[in-house]
Amino acid sequence: VVGEGILKGLAETARNFLGSYVEKDRLTTVQFPEERLPQIEASRSFPFLVYDGTDWQQGMRCVACQICEKECPPKCILIEKSKDKKPDATGKAQFYPAVFDIDISVCMSCQICVEVCPFDAIKMDVDFELSTDDRFGGLLLTKDKLAKSNEYYRTIHPTEAAAVDAALAEERAKAEARAKAAAEAKPAAAAQAQPSAGGEAR
Amino acid sequence: MTETADQIFVLAKHWLLGYAPAGWQPLLSAVLSVVPVLILFPLLFAITTVLERKGLGRIQNRYGPNRVGPFGFFQPIADGLKSLTKEDIVPLTADRVVHLLAPLLLVAAAFLAYGVLPLGRNMVIANLNAGVLYFFAIGSMVELAVFMAGWSSHSKYSLLGAMRAIAQMISYEVPLVLASVVVIMQAGSLSTVTIVEQQARYIGIFPHWFVFTPWGFAGFVLFMIAATAESNRSPFDLPEGESEIIAGYYIEYSGFKFALFFLGEYLGMFATSAMAITLFLGGWSAPLSILTWVPSYLWFFLKLLALIAGFIWIRGTLPRLRMDQLMNLAWKFMLPMALLNILTVGVWHFMPAGILRWLICVVMVVVPFLVLGRGLRREKKFEVRSYRYAE
Repeated sequence: VVGEGILKGLAETARNFLGSYVEKDRLTTVQFPEERLPQIEASRSFPFLVYDGTDWQQGMRCVACQICEKECPPKCILIEKSKDKKPDATGKAQFYPAVFDIDISVCMSCQICVEVCPFDAIKMDVDFELSTDDRFGGLLLTKDKLAKSNEYYRTIHPTEAAAVDAALAEERAKAEARAKAAAEAKPAAAAQAQPSAGGEAR
Repeated sequence: MTETADQIFVLAKHWLLGYAPAGWQPLLSAVLSVVPVLILFPLLFAITTVLERKGLGRIQNRYGPNRVGPFGFFQPIADGLKSLTKEDIVPLTADRVVHLLAPLLLVAAAFLAYGVLPLGRNMVIANLNAGVLYFFAIGSMVELAVFMAGWSSHSKYSLLGAMRAIAQMISYEVPLVLASVVVIMQAGSLSTVTIVEQQARYIGIFPHWFVFTPWGFAGFVLFMIAATAESNRSPFDLPEGESEIIAGYYIEYSGFKFALFFLGEYLGMFATSAMAITLFLGGWSAPLSILTWVPSYLWFFLKLLALIAGFIWIRGTLPRLRMDQLMNLAWKFMLPMALLNILTVGVWHFMPAGILRWLICVVMVVVPFLVLGRGLRREKKFEVRSYRYAE
């Protein structure tokens, strides 16, 4: 009979309507500002700069190599390399970014900057409540706003941060071992190369 | 006491008129009748928008608006402020005058229709002796406004929307009017007041509403389907068709002009609902004779709210029709049903009252329904498409 399906549909929607007042399980909406779902570990919003230690200016891992700036598809990163070198968290003298700006109104959250960074200095943040009434200044994140500690990185992406930390530690240990070996080899080599003119040993 | 409660607005109006000089009384009387309608129905529109959004939300297992004010009931105020402060954009190539006039005409036409609707006992703005005819004549002005909007916007989508709207509204105006003809035949009057008074009688405790007859029920259902199509509401919202032609004929409208369109559409829906109540559901009369102590206007608005709830329920249930389905329904199903219904009311009128009359009239409604319904349901044969030239 014509209209049978319509009546069935009406019964279904009536069941939904009345049911939503009785069974709370039916309403899956999360009332956002008051209630929040737990953060998903894989969520990503915009990039930030990681620093080690407590002082963000000293501990910043970025050495202003400008690879991310060049790779960025929408060109939202602006880096100005410093003229001088400053010691980083491990005490080694490095260049540092005098200016590091990300325009998040342009950024498309593609994560390419994270993938190309050889120093694990730039990572993806999870903060999404970034709305502002200043559409230019408010969306241009400068160095001081971008810098976030490694501890923060560990809290937002624990698995990934642990892997990064392990890799960095391994690399540092290797570098130290190499430096030690070099330091040990140097006097020996110098002693060995005593008769001939120096310089070739290096 | 009940008589006073029932007539309180009429008495208040006469009391106020008593203070006016005799020469001003006709004008003041008109103003006092019109202004409440101009205030009440936009208010009802505001309440309906929030109730509709909440109802649709619940149908889809959501909360609906619940942010502005208690339970989100101040949402219409926020919406109104928003549409008032929004920029009014007119396309460069649009016909500016017609573009401006279209929403005004739509709202004016929607309001004019309320002139003949009895909102309660002795509560009608104008008791025209051709009230029903006037109502449908005014109703056809809506089509003009819609086409003005679609044409003057100078946009492809609006023109497509307007074309759809014209095709749909003209197609459904025929069954709409034919469905109401049965009531006019039985009541023997075109005056809305007389039609309601004829239904405000009781057999035992049961009312004499036209919907409680076979032809009246069929007429009511046909009228409501056609009214849904006339007011461009889902499942007949092809002229709007958000997913196909974005917003149809009002795509180029913004700010308060858009709000006016919205208002006009809802006012049209209320007016046709009120007409359905007047014609089939006994207007302001109580559903049982023991309930006649409740003021008549309360019954009218209760029925109106019930029909609006029905509209919302339908909107939350049915998907949009395709254009050919729309036309098939109008011309192959509703038009023959409405015509046969006129025959049925003739049989009803000339047969003596009794069980036999009921039986014959029920058969006269049900059999065409089943037969025509089979035609609508006829299964399409799906086969691999063959091409004449491409292969």
